[in-house]
Amino acid sequence: MEQTSSGFKQEDTQPKDWAQQLHHATRATREDWFGRGISYLCIGVIILVVASMLWFITSKGIATFTQNHVNIGQFLTGTNWAPDQGKTGALPMIVGSFAVTFAAALVATPFAVGTAIFMTEIAPKRGRKVLQPVIELLVGIPSVVYGFIGLAVVVPFMRHLVGGSGFGIISATFVLFVMVLPTITTMTVDSLRAVPRFYKEASLALGATRWQTVSRVILRAATPGILTAIIFGMARAFGEALAVQMVIGNAAVMPKNLISPASTLTSQLTTGIGDTIDGTLPNNALWSLALILLLMSLFFNALVRVIAKRGQLSHER
Amino acid sequence: MLKDYSFDQTAVQTFDDHVALALKTEDLQVYYGSNHAMHDANLAFPKNQITALIGASGSGKSTYLRSLNRMNDTIATVTGKIWYHGVDINQPDVNIYEIRRHIGMVFQRPNPFAKSIRENIIYALRATGIKDKKVLNQRVEQSLKGAALWDEVKDTLDKSALALSGGQQQRLCIARSIAMEPDVLLLDEPCSALDPISTVKVEETLLELQKKYTIIIVTHNMQQAARISSQCAFFHLGHVMEYAPTATMFSTPKIQVTQDYVSGSFG
Amino acid sequence: MNAKRKDLLATIIIDAIVATVVGILVFLLAYILISGLPHVSWSFLTGSADSFSGAGGIGVQLFNSFYLLILTMLISIPISLGAGIYLAEYAKDNWRTRLIRSAIEVLSSLPSVVVGLFGFLLFVVKFKIGFSVISGAIALTFFNLPLLTRNIEESLSAVPRSQREAGLSLGLSKWKTEIGIILPVALPGIVTGVVLSAGRVFGEAAALIYTAGQSAPVTNFADWNPMDAASPLNPLRPAETLAVHIWKVNTEGLASNAAQLSAAASAVLIIAVLLFNLFARVLGNYLYRRVTASK
Repeated sequence: MEQTSSGFKQEDTQPKDWAQQLHHATRATREDWFGRGISYLCIGVIILVVASMLWFITSKGIATFTQNHVNIGQFLTGTNWAPDQGKTGALPMIVGSFAVTFAAALVATPFAVGTAIFMTEIAPKRGRKVLQPVIELLVGIPSVVYGFIGLAVVVPFMRHLVGGSGFGIISATFVLFVMVLPTITTMTVDSLRAVPRFYKEASLALGATRWQTVSRVILRAATPGILTAIIFGMARAFGEALAVQMVIGNAAVMPKNLISPASTLTSQLTTGIGDTIDGTLPNNALWSLALILLLMSLFFNALVRVIAKRGQLSHER
Repeated sequence: MLKDYSFDQTAVQTFDDHVALALKTEDLQVYYGSNHAMHDANLAFPKNQITALIGASGSGKSTYLRSLNRMNDTIATVTGKIWYHGVDINQPDVNIYEIRRHIGMVFQRPNPFAKSIRENIIYALRATGIKDKKVLNQRVEQSLKGAALWDEVKDTLDKSALALSGGQQQRLCIARSIAMEPDVLLLDEPCSALDPISTVKVEETLLELQKKYTIIIVTHNMQQAARISSQCAFFHLGHVMEYAPTATMFSTPKIQVTQDYVSGSFG
Repeated sequence: MNAKRKDLLATIIIDAIVATVVGILVFLLAYILISGLPHVSWSFLTGSADSFSGAGGIGVQLFNSFYLLILTMLISIPISLGAGIYLAEYAKDNWRTRLIRSAIEVLSSLPSVVVGLFGFLLFVVKFKIGFSVISGAIALTFFNLPLLTRNIEESLSAVPRSQREAGLSLGLSKWKTEIGIILPVALPGIVTGVVLSAGRVFGEAAALIYTAGQSAPVTNFADWNPMDAASPLNPLRPAETLAVHIWKVNTEGLASNAAQLSAAASAVLIIAVLLFNLFARVLGNYLYRRVTASK
C-alpha cells in the first residue's frame, strides 16, 4: 500500500486548505438544516393536530362514563334519549346512523358499479368526456346544497308518496345515495382500470360475451377495490352531518319504519351541542356520540387497510 | 453463454509520484442492501485527461462513477476511501454539497431544468452567492462556449431549455456543470440518448474540455472510449479487471476477459 | 336466456343506470339554477341578511366565505407544503413514516362535523376565543390539511428523479433543489389541487357551525382595520358563511321565503364551486404548458 495521499502534487497556484474547504459548513448545509427543520415542523403540526383531536374527543367522550357514571352497556343499548332528564340511551341514533349508511350504500353500489363499468368497458371515450365531469361535479356540490334539495324536493315528494311528514330514514337515504355515488364510482373506476388488460383479452378470446367477461373476470378481479370503494362511501355517509340532519327529522326515537322522523349521531350532535352546557351530562353524552363517530371512522379506516392487505395477498398467490 | 472469468487475475495500473492525480479510490465497495455491487475498486485518475470506464451493462461502472461525488449516498452503502486533494471525501463529516461543486456530473439522459437556458446555468451559481449580473452573464457565455453550444443558443438564452434538441440539451447540461468551475467532470453515458451527429459534437467538446478539467466518462461504446480517452478501465460484474492507457488496452489487453470484450467476442 | 341475450340485457341496464346518474346531476343543477337564479340580483349579493322579514341579501355571508377561504388557504398551504416536502423528500421508508401516513389518512377520513367539534372544543370552550373567523379558519385548515398534503406530495413525487439528481449534482442543497427545481415543475398539479380544495372549503358548513358561528353581525365595510370590532377583517368576530347560512335558513325556518332564499344562495354557492373547478382546470393546463414550454 502506498501512503494515503501520495500521488497528489502540491497545488501550484495558491495552496488551498482543502481539508478545511471540504469540511466547513456552507450555505447549502445551512439551507438543508433550515429545510429539514421547516418540513419536520410542518409534519409535526399535522401529527399534533391528529393526536390532540383523538385525545380531546376521547377524553370528552368517556366523561359520560367516568364522571357521570353512565353504564356503557346501557348507553349503547338504551332506547330512551333525553339527556337533560338523565336518560342516555343512544341506540336510536346508532341505529339511525347505521340504517342510513347501509341503505345508501346498498342503493348507490349498483349505480356506481354500473356507471363505472360504462366508463371503463362500454364507452371509455364518452365516459371520460361526459361522465368524468358529471362525477366531479357531483363531488363538488356542497352538502348543504344536497340538504336543501332534499328538503325542497325529496321530503315533499315522500310526503306525497307515502304520507306523514316526509322526514325520515328514506329521505336521508335518498340524499346520501347521491352524495356517496361519486365517491364509490370514482374508486370503482380506478379499481376496474387496474385490472390487467390481458384478463379481459383472454376472456374475450375464449368467446365470452362482454357481460360474461365483465361479470366473471373483471368484477371478480376488482372485488377488493370495489369493496374499498363501498367502505369509503359508507364512511362518508356515516359522517355526513348537515344534509342528513336537514331531512331526517331529528326525533331521537327508535325508528319504527323508514318514513317516520328519526335521527343519526351526526344530526343529534349538530342540533344539540350548541344548546348544552360544557361539563354537564347532556353535553358529555353528546361528546360520547362524537366519540362513537370517531371510532367508527377509525374502524372504516382499518377495514380499508385489511381489505387492501387481503387483496395484495390474493394477487401474490 | 457467459464464461466464468476469474476475478483473481486483474491488471490495474498505478501511477508514479510525478503524475498529478485528480481523484483516487482505495478499496471502494458499494452495496445495494445485501447486493455487493462493486468490489475493491482501486483506481487513480490523472489530471487533465479523459478516463473512460467501459464494460457491459450491470458491470458496476455507473455505480462506481456515482459514488465519486457521493450521489449514491441515499441509495447505497459505499465504503472505502476516495481521495481528493488529500482529503478522503467518503466520510460522513465531509460537506457533500461542496464536493459536488468540485466534482460535477452529467447524466445519461439530458436533464435540463424546466427553466430558460440562462437560468439553467446561473441557478446553481446564484445559490452559491454569486449575485453580480456581469459575472453571471460572463459565466453563461464561457460555459456555453466551452460546451460548444453558444453559437446555437446565444440569441435564445431566455427561451425554455426544454425546447432544445436532445443533443443541445446534453451540451447544456455539460455547460451547466462546467459553469460551476469544477475540477473533475463525471459523465454517465452522456451520448447514449443522442444521435450520431450530436455524439460527435459532445465528443469534440470533451476533447476540448480536458485541457481544463479532469474527465471521467462511463461509456458502453468502445469506439467512443478509443476516440477520446487516454486511460481506460474495464469493469466486469462489479470488479475492475483492467486499467491501462487506452491504446494499450485496445491493442494488447493483459487479461482474457478484456481481450474478449474489446474484440467483441464477449459472453 | 342465452349469453348473447344476457349481454344485451346487461348493456341496457347499465345504459339506464348511466342515464339515471346523468339525469340526477342535470336535475340537481337545473333545479338549483332555475329556482335560484331569478332571485339572484346585485342587491341580493351585496345586501345584508334579514331572516325575520324574509327580505335580505347575502353580502356579508359571501364576504365571510371568501375571507375564511383566504385565511384557511394562507394557513394550510404553507403547512401542507412543508409536510408534502417532508413526505416526498425526507421521509424514509420505515415505521415512523408509515405511522405519519396513517395519521394523515385518519385525519382525512374524519367526518367534518368531528373536525368542527374539535375546533369548537379547542377554540370556543378551552381557549375562549368564541365563535370567530380565526376559529373557523383553523378548523377548515384541519379539514383541508390531509388532502392538500397528499396532493402536494403526489405532485412532487411525480417529478422525474433526474431533475433531483441534476440539482444535487450541482451542489445544490436538497431544500434548494426541492424549492427551486422540483416545486416549479410540480406547480401545475399543486395549483389544481389547491383550487379544487378551495372549492371544497368554500362549500363546507359542518366544520364551521360551531367554530365560525352562525351569526353574521352587520359589519362596516368602510372600516378595514382588522383591530376594530366592526371591521369585516376582524378575525375575532363571528362569521356565518354562505354554506352555513343555507343550512341555518333551512333549519330554523323563520324566514317566510326560506326556500327562495336558500335556492338563490345555493345557486350562488354552486356557481362559485363550478367556477373553482373550471378555474382549477384552466389554470392547471396553463401552468403545465408554461412549465413544459410546449407553447
